[in-house]
Amino acid sequence: MKRLFLLFTVFGLLVTFGAPALADAHCMDELGCVEVGPDEPIVIGAMLSVSGATSFYGEDSRGGVELAILGRDGMLLGRDIEFVVEDSLCSAEGGQAAAQRMAADETIVGIIGTTCSGAAQGALPIISEAGMIMISPSNTSPSLTNDDRDAGGTYLPGYFRTAHNDLFQGALGARFAVEVLKVGSLATIHDGDPYTEGLAVVMANTFAGLNGEVVFQGAVSKGDTDMSAILTEIAASGPDIVYFPVFVPESEFIASQLVNTPGLEEALMMTADGSFSATFAQNTGDAAVGIYMTGPHVSGDAYDAFLEMWREEIDEAGPPSGFHAHAYDGANLLMDAVEAVAEEMDDGTLVIGRQALRDALSSVEAYDGLTGSLTCQSASPYAGDCATGDALAVFSITEAEVAEGNWPPPIVWTPSMASGG
Amino acid sequence: MLHMFKWKTDEFSWVDFTIDVLRILIVLAIVVGSWNTLSEGRISFAQWVNLFIAGLSQGSIYALIALGYTLVYGILLMINFAHGEVFMAGAFSTVFLAEALNRTGFLNQSPVLAILLMILFAGLVSMTVAILLERIAYRPLRGSPRLVPLITAIGASFFLQYTFRGLYGSGFKAYPQVKILQGALQIGSINIPTVQIFVFVSALVLMFGLYWLVERSRIGKAMRAVSENKEVARLMGIDIDWVILFTFGVGGFLAGSAGVINGMFRPQGVNFFMGFIPGIKAFTAAVLGGIGNIPGAMLGGLFLGVIEAIGPNLVLAGLGIPGANQLKDVIAFTMLVLVLIFRPQGILGERLSEKKA
Repeated sequence: MKRLFLLFTVFGLLVTFGAPALADAHCMDELGCVEVGPDEPIVIGAMLSVSGATSFYGEDSRGGVELAILGRDGMLLGRDIEFVVEDSLCSAEGGQAAAQRMAADETIVGIIGTTCSGAAQGALPIISEAGMIMISPSNTSPSLTNDDRDAGGTYLPGYFRTAHNDLFQGALGARFAVEVLKVGSLATIHDGDPYTEGLAVVMANTFAGLNGEVVFQGAVSKGDTDMSAILTEIAASGPDIVYFPVFVPESEFIASQLVNTPGLEEALMMTADGSFSATFAQNTGDAAVGIYMTGPHVSGDAYDAFLEMWREEIDEAGPPSGFHAHAYDGANLLMDAVEAVAEEMDDGTLVIGRQALRDALSSVEAYDGLTGSLTCQSASPYAGDCATGDALAVFSITEAEVAEGNWPPPIVWTPSMASGG
Repeated sequence: MLHMFKWKTDEFSWVDFTIDVLRILIVLAIVVGSWNTLSEGRISFAQWVNLFIAGLSQGSIYALIALGYTLVYGILLMINFAHGEVFMAGAFSTVFLAEALNRTGFLNQSPVLAILLMILFAGLVSMTVAILLERIAYRPLRGSPRLVPLITAIGASFFLQYTFRGLYGSGFKAYPQVKILQGALQIGSINIPTVQIFVFVSALVLMFGLYWLVERSRIGKAMRAVSENKEVARLMGIDIDWVILFTFGVGGFLAGSAGVINGMFRPQGVNFFMGFIPGIKAFTAAVLGGIGNIPGAMLGGLFLGVIEAIGPNLVLAGLGIPGANQLKDVIAFTMLVLVLIFRPQGILGERLSEKKA
């Protein structure tokens, strides 16, 4: 009896631990492999904010990925592509939850996401630990590609993004304010989110570096509707321009209340891509006219064709925000990398090494995407950054955006104009 | 009140000692912070007055919502945590009416009539939601342990949020601007925005209406009787179910009209989740004033609004705390803790605490 028990135990141990080892025999990758059986689809994951206040970003990116898949007729290496979306909300908790579900699915080759930088901070440790990769179309916080923990960096291997780093966006806003608007003093407002805080800090530092005076740096919290307290404090500092790179609806509350704050009637306003949606201008009303806004700007024939396809396949009204092209490029980078590293076994199984995927993405150079030329860097503070910051512009909201719902607003400045003048 | 002087008679207790130290520290922080700010003189007198009035307007919206909590608590001793969603129901539904009125130009042609119409509509929507809530979710549970309806209320709150998200979508809407409310009233060096006067006055009118209803009308007398003692009220021939339903309806109407008044005051941010924070704030206001006490809810609301508006700049900035305005909610909830330390029954809650606690 005892011997029989021992036999079963040994047999059980062999089945539990031995079998996967045997099956993995042809995987030489140090992080393990994704194996796709002969009749199985290749699975691409996405962690996007598809519900709540920031859902328009998630929908925007989801459409971009779908069009990238459609652009290959839904096939990769002769297999069907399956696209799985998890809601990562716009918070660290949401990112963490979505990442856990992604990491539990061994068939996923790579992930597009997250939407918000805050969610990426929750998701990245889990994704990186699982040996997976995530390519974000819209995270812009500088901390995500910085590996200096003392400076607040949170970079971990496996992270890539096609969105611009806010080191570019904040600097663009500051240069526009100093060189074009010729303003001398600045006040910034963030809402505690790593994205908004990072942007406010970059803006303030660049502005000070260009001999501007930063007179106020403050914060509100998400969910605030009454901004009178902070605006009174700002009015007491008397800035020429107020920079509030926060999300809707907080940015709408700030803009509409700022114009009625005594002492700030003449102050200029600037916000960033966190409020880059048509409803921002409409909801803010007349107060929105004249607000400057930094945000993604993509142009070219390939992009026009992309928009045409969007209107045909997804929505007559066009993309709801500005990160669809980044998502399209991100999905294509991922699919190219899968094509490059996948090895077909004799039995028709595809074996895709996880470390090999990371290496393939890190070595992307001068990739010709919709958002411009992409080169994925590996040195902090740009570790995982594939975008250069050229696909950015300063917009200015006019009557047409407020009254007629026109979007995006006219461009008043681009980085190329900056280097030209 | 006895509790405050316990240390004189009883032997030394660490709990009382800690609470006393806490009291002294908080008062000290407030005094030092205010002193620093005021002596620095960064913010002018006119600006303080503006903040105060903005706080009063915000506070009167809290007060209108808080009345719903307090009315229901007064009668059923239950916290209706779905009340914030009742507010949202009215505010979110009426935004479409407001848009339509704006498109036809009616809103700016006869603004008084249009706003009255909106308040009535929002009031009726919220009232319907509140009544259905009572009838479907709470009445079957009457008589069960107090925790049961509380948990049900939280569930109902989620149910309402996601129902309205399903109905109207998850995007943000905004109330249109009413031209007549745009300007400001100039008194000396002080500019009072017209819309804030409108908010304050209309809230006062509604509160006065409620006061009349409860203190002077027949149904008000019945409400007070039910609140005093349900069994005796039933013996006097009062239809308790109807009175409770009516109470929910009145609370709902006030919350709905608060939704429109809020929409005039802070037009943006209308979506399915908009009731959550005002709901929590109004609950805080109701507790501050003494839950179950009608003038207490009004006072608590105004008090909370003003503290929120002035507190960060006055106290926190003076103490040199960075990002003071981000801590607005901290001020609000510290005030709650403070009031509960000094007066556990709330500002006006004495009568109730003797009667029911």
